[in-house]
Amino acid sequence: MIGRRSRKRGAAVRRPAPPPRNRKPRGGWRWPAWPQLRWPRLASPRVYAARHLQVLLESLGRLTHQPAASLMTAAVIGIALALPSGLLTLLDNLQRLSLSWEGTASISVFLNQELEAEAGQALAGELRGWPEIDEVRYISRAEALAEFREHSGFGEVLDALETNPLPSVLVVEPVKSDLTPAGAESLLQRLQALEGAELAQLDLQWVQRFAALMEIGRRGVLVVGALLGLAVLLIVGNTIRLDIQNRREEIEVTKLIGGTDAFIRRPFLYTGFWYGVGGALLAWLLVQLAFLLLRGPVARLAGLYDSSFLLQPLGFVDSLNLLLAGALLGWLGSGLAVGRHLREIEPS
Amino acid sequence: MIRFDNVSKRYPGGFDALRGLSLHVPAGQLTFLTGHSGAGKSTLLKLVSLIERPTSGNILIDGQNLNRVTRRQIPFVRRKVGIIFQNHQLLFDRTVFDNVALPLIIAGHDHREIGRRVRAALDKVGLLKHERAYPHPLSGGEQQRVGIARAVVNRPPLLLADEPTGNLDPELSREIMQLFEQFNQVGVTVLIATHDIDLISRMNHPILILKAGRLQAAGYARGAAP
Repeated sequence: MIGRRSRKRGAAVRRPAPPPRNRKPRGGWRWPAWPQLRWPRLASPRVYAARHLQVLLESLGRLTHQPAASLMTAAVIGIALALPSGLLTLLDNLQRLSLSWEGTASISVFLNQELEAEAGQALAGELRGWPEIDEVRYISRAEALAEFREHSGFGEVLDALETNPLPSVLVVEPVKSDLTPAGAESLLQRLQALEGAELAQLDLQWVQRFAALMEIGRRGVLVVGALLGLAVLLIVGNTIRLDIQNRREEIEVTKLIGGTDAFIRRPFLYTGFWYGVGGALLAWLLVQLAFLLLRGPVARLAGLYDSSFLLQPLGFVDSLNLLLAGALLGWLGSGLAVGRHLREIEPS
Repeated sequence: MIRFDNVSKRYPGGFDALRGLSLHVPAGQLTFLTGHSGAGKSTLLKLVSLIERPTSGNILIDGQNLNRVTRRQIPFVRRKVGIIFQNHQLLFDRTVFDNVALPLIIAGHDHREIGRRVRAALDKVGLLKHERAYPHPLSGGEQQRVGIARAVVNRPPLLLADEPTGNLDPELSREIMQLFEQFNQVGVTVLIATHDIDLISRMNHPILILKAGRLQAAGYARGAAP
């Protein structure tokens, strides 16, 4: 045991001193024992991430070498993305508008002509106790007449009548959170069944119709969006196809010295990614600009309807979604082109 | 290191480039491959580097049968083989350094390791001072050296060269051959396809002579000692 150890130590002493580290590489060129490279040595995650980052920046740099051509492609993508995202934002605004009306929707309960004013007031008081009702306003026959005379412009017609034809009305405002279409419907029926009520009318039907129209609009925009998304895929795919053809030689050489498909694919995928991101940024700019232009006129129109409605441009989350969609479409379009054309290029 | 076992290659046009070729290149040897144009030299190199597949027969490299290598595995086999082309196959939009670094980047080495190895390889071929230059202004011999540096930077066990001295004058050709001898001395198996008979007959290395897709002769040049 001891002898063996000392022999080892002796061998270590006799080994020549290693060359100094900072020597020129001329002497440092040593061929190591051949590793059996049956399986590839995997790069460490740090090296792998660094490589991705490098390719990401490299492909962006490559695009900026031909700014006009890159910008044109990005602009086409931008317009294709701007249309559906602009329309969706418009629909969101319309929905917001309809919601603000829905909130103020009320039920008018027209009372029996014979019901005395005191009985009407009492009924209003009773209804105020219902949990699903927020507020009840009693409008007497005389008040209704005065209101009608003021707003309708048919004052002279009323003067010709001997008696007041208008019934008294209870304007019932439901608690807003309860106002689902079904909840409103059941409340309506209970009010209809009240003693002394002639007719209960929900001022919500047109809002529901509007919502149905909006749904159709939303579907339409989705169809348009899908088609334009497909267009973006094809635009990016075609651009990348040309790029692949231009870099054919580089691809062949890379394949010859052992570049995997993934390695060769990477710069093209990142190029597609940048096209998508650039297109999305341009689309964002276009949409915000368009809404900025529309904002004034819409506010003026809303003012004419006594509304303080303001057109809202793309919000933060929607902007992020747009960016994500652009990046994804660019990546996918490039992936399609690369998958189709990279296989065709083989060294010969 | 390289073993051909009754290998035939027929190209789609019906041309038989190799007809039942069997040969063996032992590990650690520098071997010349020669023969007239069309004798099958280039086809042989293409089969070894998996650019082409044989019509029949087996090719073994380092004990690995190339017929069993799938498309996805090709890159990993190619990393074991350094290839030097007659027309250099350099990328002209990148510096000499970046050209030589490419195999290391592909293999996933880290930044510092790449710098170290690339400079060592460039120094070995005598081009360290040109590392920042682009390949275009370099002379043919220098471009060939860049190609050699790129082929050896990954330290492959096998080097293939297709007419490495094709366009060079005798002086440069001899220098390039000496470079290959130096790699061979540290243990690399080298196979050089050339028809520069004058040059190789003065060197003491085995020569394989192909004729019409078959091995015509194998041995040492008459003038050289065995």
